[in-house]
Amino acid sequence: MKKISFTLNGERRQVHVSPNEILLEVLRYKMGVKSPKSGCDSGDCGACTVILDGKAVRSCLIFAVEVDGQEILTLEGLSADGLSPLQQALLEKNAFQCGYCAPGMILSAHELLSNKPHPTEGEIKEAISGNLCRCTGYQPIIDAIKSLTQKR
Amino acid sequence: MEKLHAVGQSAVRVDGKEKVSGAALFTDDLEFGPDLLYAEIVEGPHAHAMITKIDTSEAEKVPGVLCVVTGRDFPYNFGLYMKDRFIFAQDRVRFFGEQIAAVVARSPAAAKKAARLVRVSYKPLPKILNPLDAIEGDASLIHPGLKSYEHVPWFFPQPDTNIAHHRKIRKGDVEKGFAEADHVLDDTYEVPRYAHCAIEYHAAVAKYDHSGRLTVWASSQSPHTQRNLFANALAPMGIRHNDVRVIAPHVGGGFGSKAGVTMEILAAAIATRVKGHPVKVMWNREREFYNTYQRLGVVARLRLGVKKDGRITALHHELYWDAGAYVEYGANVVNAVGLSAIGPYRVENASIDSYCIYTNLPPGGPYRGFGYSEFLFGLESHMERIARHLGIDPVEIRRRNAIKAGDLTAYGAKMNPSGLMQAIDAVAKEIRWDEPVLPGNDEEAVGKGFSLFWKAPAMPPNTSSSCFLKFNEDASINILVSGMDIGQGFLTVMAQIASEVLTVPLSKIRTENPDTDRNPYEWQTVASHVTWGCGNAVKLAAQDARNQVLDLVSRTQNLPKDTLYLAEGSVRCVTKPSFRMALEDFVIHGIQMPDGTFRGGPIMGRGVFMPEYATTKADPETSQGGHPNVHYTVGAAAAIVAVDKKTGKVKVRKIVEAVDCGKAINPDLVRGQITGGILQGISTVLYEEMKFDHRGKMLNPNFTDYKIPTSLDLPDEVVPIIIEVAEPDGPYGARGMGEHTMIPVAPMIANAIDDALGLRIKTMPITAEKICLALLKKNEVR
Repeated sequence: MKKISFTLNGERRQVHVSPNEILLEVLRYKMGVKSPKSGCDSGDCGACTVILDGKAVRSCLIFAVEVDGQEILTLEGLSADGLSPLQQALLEKNAFQCGYCAPGMILSAHELLSNKPHPTEGEIKEAISGNLCRCTGYQPIIDAIKSLTQKR
Repeated sequence: MEKLHAVGQSAVRVDGKEKVSGAALFTDDLEFGPDLLYAEIVEGPHAHAMITKIDTSEAEKVPGVLCVVTGRDFPYNFGLYMKDRFIFAQDRVRFFGEQIAAVVARSPAAAKKAARLVRVSYKPLPKILNPLDAIEGDASLIHPGLKSYEHVPWFFPQPDTNIAHHRKIRKGDVEKGFAEADHVLDDTYEVPRYAHCAIEYHAAVAKYDHSGRLTVWASSQSPHTQRNLFANALAPMGIRHNDVRVIAPHVGGGFGSKAGVTMEILAAAIATRVKGHPVKVMWNREREFYNTYQRLGVVARLRLGVKKDGRITALHHELYWDAGAYVEYGANVVNAVGLSAIGPYRVENASIDSYCIYTNLPPGGPYRGFGYSEFLFGLESHMERIARHLGIDPVEIRRRNAIKAGDLTAYGAKMNPSGLMQAIDAVAKEIRWDEPVLPGNDEEAVGKGFSLFWKAPAMPPNTSSSCFLKFNEDASINILVSGMDIGQGFLTVMAQIASEVLTVPLSKIRTENPDTDRNPYEWQTVASHVTWGCGNAVKLAAQDARNQVLDLVSRTQNLPKDTLYLAEGSVRCVTKPSFRMALEDFVIHGIQMPDGTFRGGPIMGRGVFMPEYATTKADPETSQGGHPNVHYTVGAAAAIVAVDKKTGKVKVRKIVEAVDCGKAINPDLVRGQITGGILQGISTVLYEEMKFDHRGKMLNPNFTDYKIPTSLDLPDEVVPIIIEVAEPDGPYGARGMGEHTMIPVAPMIANAIDDALGLRIKTMPITAEKICLALLKKNEVR
């Protein structure tokens, strides 16, 4: 077991982990942060996406010990001060159905918009192409993100 | 027509904020405290074998292990429509990966380690991986006990064969019909198995406490059916229905996979062996593929006779279903198709034989479309081919044969009102059917394809829905129902219906996922029936509550009840425009009389809906005489595709789909179903393919090797069209449409590819590789 500390949704947290523990499992089962989901455990589906030092990453492919000293944002953190304009747009457009992919999808889109506030439709599709959704056919999600970039 | 204020609005989903904020909790997100145990499943490495010995002694020695359970602990069979299934394998395994035992431990790691130490000995049996092999005379029997299984009265198993059910239609005079035909087309189509691929795994946690209470938290489309099946299966242990409680949090996608009972019963059963502790059973992506329901595969032989003008004179449809190792649910897919395999056409002479065949592949079961996608691949391919052969426009041949209200269905009952013709016209117009499509460059070939679709809910005739509706002090409302929001927007639509009746805004109505102890009965969230069935129950409950409100106001205010009405959350009076009593002033605490006493009390509505006209009683030799399907939802769709002539890669340029949902309670959610269903349909026809090896082992149970579409695989344009021809017994005229949206996609893409390349591909999927090889072969022949 090794003690690691990192910033999770703006709060300094410490946790004991063994070297083979996966970040997704540590977040969910040791730290009570449930928005990152498991959908494949092999990096295919993107449901476990979190923002690590500003970049969207798959928490099922990262060992928890690797994030020592870094900063992690999950959907809980993004929602802490109310819905972001991105979340608001997705809500108003009824962009999600079952909502299981939503946490990962939103964080991938959040990363895109943080770096590029006015992406093209192609860039939006590219940014969320690692997040599988079986319900929506993606278009309502893309349209919601697009509406936001036009509003700005 | 009355003016509607809530129904027909594209309201924001009532569960939307939970889902975009990360607040929505799914089964594996729930906390069960430090006493939570973990079960790991031991699977069989044979598609068909006798189990000769199970040695759990080494597994039991692993530190942290509490117990190991096997089939011997639970010698019970269960099933939704036919009790052919076992909690754990009994004397034999019937598919590769079937559950044989479970290890229960303090940690997932200890459970996994111990599971590898359970030693099982087998005597392999001949395996059958194809339905046509299974009906050969010398085929070994997969279920020698078939004749002893309990089943619903509308199934007809054939003892001492691998045929678990045979649905037969005999209507009119088929021989005469074919004799009168000017053209007869005979061919065979094959549709393989598919996986649902909900992103959330199946998950179940169960606790059997020291008082004998069994609580199961499960990702479920069917909480009450699960309670019923758990209680029935575990009855020998003294468990009754009121001992069992199923709590269903949000569901991360269902598509049929979380209907009925599959792995959830493992948690329920295992919990009884570790009394007092919650125990979790989690599936993973691999097991999602090979040990839940799969969509059934089918080999469909189709013979269709038409006159020169394209009018159908006779149809013969033989469907051989690869239903898998257990058919307790899948046999009803076979039954549903048997009743409906004439498609949305007027067919006076029809014979249909739909065979449910056991194979040593994973259990087939419900999947969005419930068999209709599969048989319509053949039928709608056939219609297009016949039209082209006769030189009739493919849209026109469908207009000429389209079923109308009052025409007789395959089983002889009258077809319900529908907007099929409007759908055909709307789609043909939007896709510009009469205009040529042009290739973008020399490398591609372009084509158009059309398809109709229909589907009825496949439900027992006594399927019912119910609702409790209660007011709170501020006249906000809780609606208690047991349908599941599996993404389709069920909860939102129920709230809109109650809002319509009671004039309370949507923001004051709460509808949540159910707990079978608290919420009234719902059969299951399947068959695209809950908007219609549960919607009726909610409407009745709201009307019941309204009636109580108006009664109370009438008797306390001395106003005739028939002059009172609700508007914007208040009771108003047609003869006294100044009269206004706000609901929040009395729906809990009642109305005070001049002497200081009160009248009334909490207003609580109740609604129950059962389609009392449905019956499965019919002649088993012909299926004539019953009314097994309550109604059909119909529609039409068309696609334009561009195919790369070198690689065979298909690009979908445009899809138009019109569905007659009777009344769109929430048009935005209807369009969402169309957009999502179309991509799921595209995926089955162009991308997805299950690979099994000679042992019956699935080779690609992961998203790396079994591809589902990403945001980069979308059609260039999708145009959803809503048609509204009211269903007479639907709430505000609504009928279901969730499954239907993917049904026409495979045949219309096949038709468009044929139009583009002159290539008729009759086996799904139609991958780039398959097209490319077919093109090479075609060019060689030239």
